[in-house]
Amino acid sequence: MENNRYDVIVIGAGPAGLAAAEAAHKGGAGRILLLERDNTLGGILNQCIHNGFGLHYFKEELTGPEYAGRFIELVRKTNVEVKTDTMVLAVTPEKRVHAVNEKDGYIVLEAASIVLCMGCRERTRGAISIPGARPAGVFTAGAAQRYLNIEGYMVGHRVVILGSGDIGLIMARRMTLEGAKVLACVEVMPYSGGLTRNIVQCLHDYNIPLYLSHTVTKIEGEGRLTGVTVQQVDENRAPVPGTEMHFDCDTLLLSVGLIPENELSGGAGVEMDRRHNGPMVYENMETSVPGIFAAGNVVHVHDLVDFVTGESQRAGAAAARFARQGPAPEGRVLEVENGASVTYTVPGKIRLANVDKAVEIFFRVNRVCGNSVIRVMAGSEQLAAYKREHLAPGEMERISVPRVLLEKADGCITVSVEEA
Amino acid sequence: MLDVAVIGCGIVGANVAYLLSQHKLRAAVFEKENDVSMGTTRANSAIVHAGYDPEPGTAMARLNVRGSALTKEQCAAFDVKYRQIGSLVLAFSDEEMATVRRLYENGVANGVPGVRVLTREETLAMEPNLSDAVCGALYAPSAAIVEPWDLALALAEAAVENGVELHLETAVTGAEKISGGWRLHTAKGDFEARAVVNAAGVEADLVAAMAGEPGFTTIPSRGEYYLLDKSQGYVVNHVVFQCPNRDGKGVLVSPTVHYNLIVGPNAEPSGREDVSTQADALAFVREKAVKSVPGVNFRENIRNFAGVRANTDQSDFIIGETAPGFITLGGIKSPGLSSAPAIAEDALALVAGAGVALEKKESFVHTRTKKRFNEMTPQQKAEAIRENPLYGRVICRCETVTEGEIVDALHRPIPPRTIDGVKRRCTAGMGRCQGGFCGPRVHEIIARELGISQQDVLKDRAGSYIITGTTKEGGLHHGE
Amino acid sequence: MANIICIVCPKGCRLAVDENTLAVTGNGCPRGAEYGKNELTHPVRVVTSTVRVEGAGICRCPVKTAGSVPKEKMFAVMDALDSVCLHAPVHCGDVALADVCGTGVDVVATRELPAAE
Repeated sequence: MENNRYDVIVIGAGPAGLAAAEAAHKGGAGRILLLERDNTLGGILNQCIHNGFGLHYFKEELTGPEYAGRFIELVRKTNVEVKTDTMVLAVTPEKRVHAVNEKDGYIVLEAASIVLCMGCRERTRGAISIPGARPAGVFTAGAAQRYLNIEGYMVGHRVVILGSGDIGLIMARRMTLEGAKVLACVEVMPYSGGLTRNIVQCLHDYNIPLYLSHTVTKIEGEGRLTGVTVQQVDENRAPVPGTEMHFDCDTLLLSVGLIPENELSGGAGVEMDRRHNGPMVYENMETSVPGIFAAGNVVHVHDLVDFVTGESQRAGAAAARFARQGPAPEGRVLEVENGASVTYTVPGKIRLANVDKAVEIFFRVNRVCGNSVIRVMAGSEQLAAYKREHLAPGEMERISVPRVLLEKADGCITVSVEEA
Repeated sequence: MLDVAVIGCGIVGANVAYLLSQHKLRAAVFEKENDVSMGTTRANSAIVHAGYDPEPGTAMARLNVRGSALTKEQCAAFDVKYRQIGSLVLAFSDEEMATVRRLYENGVANGVPGVRVLTREETLAMEPNLSDAVCGALYAPSAAIVEPWDLALALAEAAVENGVELHLETAVTGAEKISGGWRLHTAKGDFEARAVVNAAGVEADLVAAMAGEPGFTTIPSRGEYYLLDKSQGYVVNHVVFQCPNRDGKGVLVSPTVHYNLIVGPNAEPSGREDVSTQADALAFVREKAVKSVPGVNFRENIRNFAGVRANTDQSDFIIGETAPGFITLGGIKSPGLSSAPAIAEDALALVAGAGVALEKKESFVHTRTKKRFNEMTPQQKAEAIRENPLYGRVICRCETVTEGEIVDALHRPIPPRTIDGVKRRCTAGMGRCQGGFCGPRVHEIIARELGISQQDVLKDRAGSYIITGTTKEGGLHHGE
Repeated sequence: MANIICIVCPKGCRLAVDENTLAVTGNGCPRGAEYGKNELTHPVRVVTSTVRVEGAGICRCPVKTAGSVPKEKMFAVMDALDSVCLHAPVHCGDVALADVCGTGVDVVATRELPAAE
């Protein structure tokens, strides 16, 4: 009977899981198992064939597969065990992992610590209730990306893209380069959700118009999509009558948001934070269940994979420490609150005794801000302030707060943004 | 010459075919779409009604009550998902309580088991998430929810296994009286039969008109729905109706057999085939629904869809001969799903009356078992994988559906040929990601198992192609 | 006057570049002026795409131009890639197409694809 007990089990071998597994190895964990549902390592990066990855971490501009490849190489050099084609069905609060694959059948594994790295999934048409017919030709941008980049299929000729986040912008370029005509990118907010470089290199380069404060209000087509109606929206995001534009198209790509994939987290009894739709995590990426950690898009959806790597390494190292030494010291816990203009923070709680020199806090603003000050407050006392020239909801921010400053706080700190 | 030709393979046609298949005769079903259950059967509230709605003494009342009882037996025999969760008709005023009491009297007269009127307190005790404004309710414990497209499929497959011929993508375009029966003109040639059963749903009047005077007109009425994530499935435990109105049974809130939440439908005039959703109709559904259950979280919606009811200018079902030997089952609106097995019995009596001898076979397929990986215990899962390793490859992450189940479905008597055909049989793609993850994988499996190219795999109906070609072929618009 | 957005850093300064004099205004730093000038005189881009591959289990291998190529040659580069077919095993960095469209830049594979069993 196979020995099913591990020090650390990492669920998901995308950039988060790869970094966590390697960090757990560096952290001295003995038996580490990396579980991946696909037949290959790398996760979503395998289909992100465009560049722009690794500018922070490697100081190079890499494509998704190249970035993944660096970490796959690192993991291969370790004794981390890898099971691909393996779907985890459940994680229990007792840290048992139930999984299936063709070869091993139904397996139940035990671990001293677990790192959840399942990533995220795409919001669908139903999430925004676009009215109209239900023809073929409506794809989420990621699903279309998989067809094109992994399977080598074209999904359509005349395309409208709903959503100007990076995935929508990237697919606008990709479809155009592969010979499709992209008629428009439609964005419900008054600003784009994607990086400026993508607006330039994916829309401007190909003269693809961007319609801000617009949305798709009707989908037409019997078997296959034949067209969509696009309308302006008001400040309540309600369609404005009389502003209808019609596009003849056979393809609609939806880039309308990503949701952390937390089916397994729920079953593990992990406390969720509704503000970022992922597990509440402490300063070391540990969840509310001792020994269960989480990192990457499963916690909060990232824009830069470099940040995913950083927090996943933190999670992996902490998972290894937990396996070797047991729970982190509890002591004083600071709740991290989101203040003015801030949607959420990760971590949600900080155990001061577990902080080395500083805590990295990630957050997002809920509106575009010009020259601003990020303030970390303990009640009415300011602990730290950081200047920024530009902040946007589509660009996750990172600040590093020294421990000595946090020690002045009692119970709760607040991260807020104030525009000058 | 066939003994019987059945037109339409929705829940009614499938029931008729199944009953015919139990007898020593030659029968065929002609279905215009590329799969069974493609009409109203797959786009309705999925409720097996208790039977208090129809007027006592009508065919509808008799057929609803008998049909609901038969449906329960069928679901057990064919391993079709069925949950007898009971239903409540809510009253929000004294006037509506009077309606509730009238429905109660109806129920008693129609022989509906266990109906009773609940006080406000009893109603809220049964359903804590209802609006405080509720005054009372009619409770019918025999109401149930079901998976209607699978029920029709199971019956149709049994019919096929028993020898009935199924002709898909074979629309009937005309009918001609000939000596000893009828000649049907179809998209795939002519077929002759001694008797014809017209179960063409929304188009039953048009098909009837091919043979004679239909005596009724279909007035299509579309109903639109929200289908919410399983995280909302706990919100109610029963089917929760509002008082019926002129247009129908009104907006309901109900769990589904898959533990999702379904909300809807409205009722609006529509084209016969127009199953598109409209912004104002969806808004109406939401507004009505929160009157019953204020806390429904529509941000958890995963899908909207619509179905068209075969309403007519008459209130009852229209079951009879359009012309000698041409039997029409018309106006099968709600409670059509619930009544279908009983309607089929009436149809068979008319078939016999038309001179077709009904000699029962000694044995015939009357059961089905279905392997559902997501319902298995760990031991059962382990065994399933040992028996067939493809059960160890999970394809649909949201619903935990394996390649084994999908491959098995592709080799059933009525195999799916489309993404949605697989979805209806295996639930792959019904979950919260709506096929975003499993779609390309299911696509590949269909092509492989059926020996066709991926480009030829459709999403659903004719014309619903998914991919247009391969990359690296040279594009159409370079720099335009 | 060409109005473009600078992409050198996330600030995204709105630049105005005079097509004749190539004078740049609106830039927040010298790098922006450089970018603005280049975008009008010889704009360049890195092209990422896929090529056919055989023997790897999957049938597309991601590739990129190893450096920037003239923007006006992007579609020509795409066309040239249509006729490339790699054979597994493919290593990251393997040249898929040398000196694509006479740019002096190679197109290289960006993914490790072992030979399938």
